[in-house]
Amino acid sequence: MLSLLPQFVVTGLLIGSVYALIAVSIVLVFKATRIFNFAVGELLALGGYFCFSFVVWWHFPLWLALLGALMMAVVTGFLVERLVLRPLLSQSLLTIIMATLALGVLLRGLMLMIWTGYDVAFPKNLLPGRTVLVGDVAMSHELLWAGAIAVTSFAALAFFFMKTNTGLRMRAVSEDHELSMACGVNITVVFAVTWVLAVILGTLAGFLMGYRLSLAPSYTPLLALKAFPAVIFGGLESITGALVGGLVVGLIEAVVGGLIDPNLGEISAYVLLLIVLFIRPEGLFGLKRIERI
Amino acid sequence: MITILAVNQVEVFYHKVIQVLKGVTLKVNDGQVVALLGANGAGKTTTLKAISGLLRAEAGEVTEGNVVFRDRRIDRDLPHAIARQGIIQVLEGRRVFQHLTVEENMRVGFLGLGGEEEAGRILQMIYDFFPRLSPLKDRVSGFLSGGEQQMMVIGRALMSNPKIMLLDEPSLGLAPLLIDKIFEIVHRINQEQKTAILLVEQNALAALEIAHYCYVMEDGRIVMDGLAEKLQHNEDIKEFYLGLNSVGTRKSYREVKHYKRRKRWLS
Repeated sequence: MLSLLPQFVVTGLLIGSVYALIAVSIVLVFKATRIFNFAVGELLALGGYFCFSFVVWWHFPLWLALLGALMMAVVTGFLVERLVLRPLLSQSLLTIIMATLALGVLLRGLMLMIWTGYDVAFPKNLLPGRTVLVGDVAMSHELLWAGAIAVTSFAALAFFFMKTNTGLRMRAVSEDHELSMACGVNITVVFAVTWVLAVILGTLAGFLMGYRLSLAPSYTPLLALKAFPAVIFGGLESITGALVGGLVVGLIEAVVGGLIDPNLGEISAYVLLLIVLFIRPEGLFGLKRIERI
Repeated sequence: MITILAVNQVEVFYHKVIQVLKGVTLKVNDGQVVALLGANGAGKTTTLKAISGLLRAEAGEVTEGNVVFRDRRIDRDLPHAIARQGIIQVLEGRRVFQHLTVEENMRVGFLGLGGEEEAGRILQMIYDFFPRLSPLKDRVSGFLSGGEQQMMVIGRALMSNPKIMLLDEPSLGLAPLLIDKIFEIVHRINQEQKTAILLVEQNALAALEIAHYCYVMEDGRIVMDGLAEKLQHNEDIKEFYLGLNSVGTRKSYREVKHYKRRKRWLS
């Protein structure tokens, strides 16, 4: 039984990288706007569906379909910010968080109308490659792709935040809205960029999960529930934390599910979350407030 | 002297019910340092925020009057648009982006005009003004001392080549020696960069030293104004803001029932 452990660890980490994508998407929005985006599940499912439509309905080659889906993500992110969040800009945060819930319900209805409630699946072997064996550990090609896409996205994000002016402004806005405005930062633009980035990450996750399993308006959005413990685990405000949190959730789920009981695997992440919250309420990577004395 | 900033009969309400400014009129000429004095709650900060547009972020609104900057009405503009025209407010209380380094903090203030070359030039200029910041440029700014943070915050405002700087209590919570230093640099910025400065201060003595013109606010109104050197010798200013009696010596609160003395402008 234990000889399977390396297999579960590897599978867990690879699936975890997709959870990490979703978790980072949530944290990005939260950091910049203080809004917890409850529509993240629906947004990622929508991204998966866009991909699916390009591939299956219009027979685009995969790279073009992905590109198209990312373009749609940009449009969606922009529209969400403009139509749902901007009008609520000076309202209380709770109102806006409720609005994201409403957005989720709305999107779910929209997906039911367009893609119906039946499962749809991507054609198999859409992504090139096949299962790789390293020693006794098998890695299916879709999970390897998931890991690669996640790592690339995180590297791109890190570059964006550390090296570009827009990235710097986003970090500034995440600390202090009023001060950023006083410095001449157009925070509505920053918010729009944030939402676009968040929806792009969601779309990638939606495609990867949709390709691995299948897409349905009823359960694809629920994948986001896996990201919530990852986000809290890492401490809402830390992108690194969300990344690590995603990997940890995937890991624990696979190891506990594989070695003990698959049903226990499903809830193990939430048990871990409870324990973390007991010990460190600000999350493992929660920002330490700098207090000068 | 050309007036670059004019605030005309501005009234401000918060949440549409609380009136904070009751018709404030003031102007700043090109290259001038103008001091705005007044007690706590007089409306000084609100006046600055009415100019910089930050009022709206906290549910405040200019209901009457207008703000004109270089012959253009700006009181309907958004804060970032106002900043881009060359009006930069330095907020009260040394507000820094704690988790960014000193140089990153300053770069947030850079609005991109002139590209990387210009950013480098201004940064160098700021390090000349504040040599103390130069070795600290990669330090996370949350860990700087109060004085260093104040210098950085003023430096950040310079990054956008402002035409006018709205300085809100730069001396707040600083040691006397540092206060002198900060005011000296504000004076130098005004002299060398020709940046006009609207200075809100509790430390009236220091403010009047470097100001050309001075307004005194009380309860949402301008109650007195005049050339700084004239106001320095005004009986009321001396007594209420400089803590001196009419002879010019330090006032003894034991001898004077100062609360009985009525301010002349309130009649």
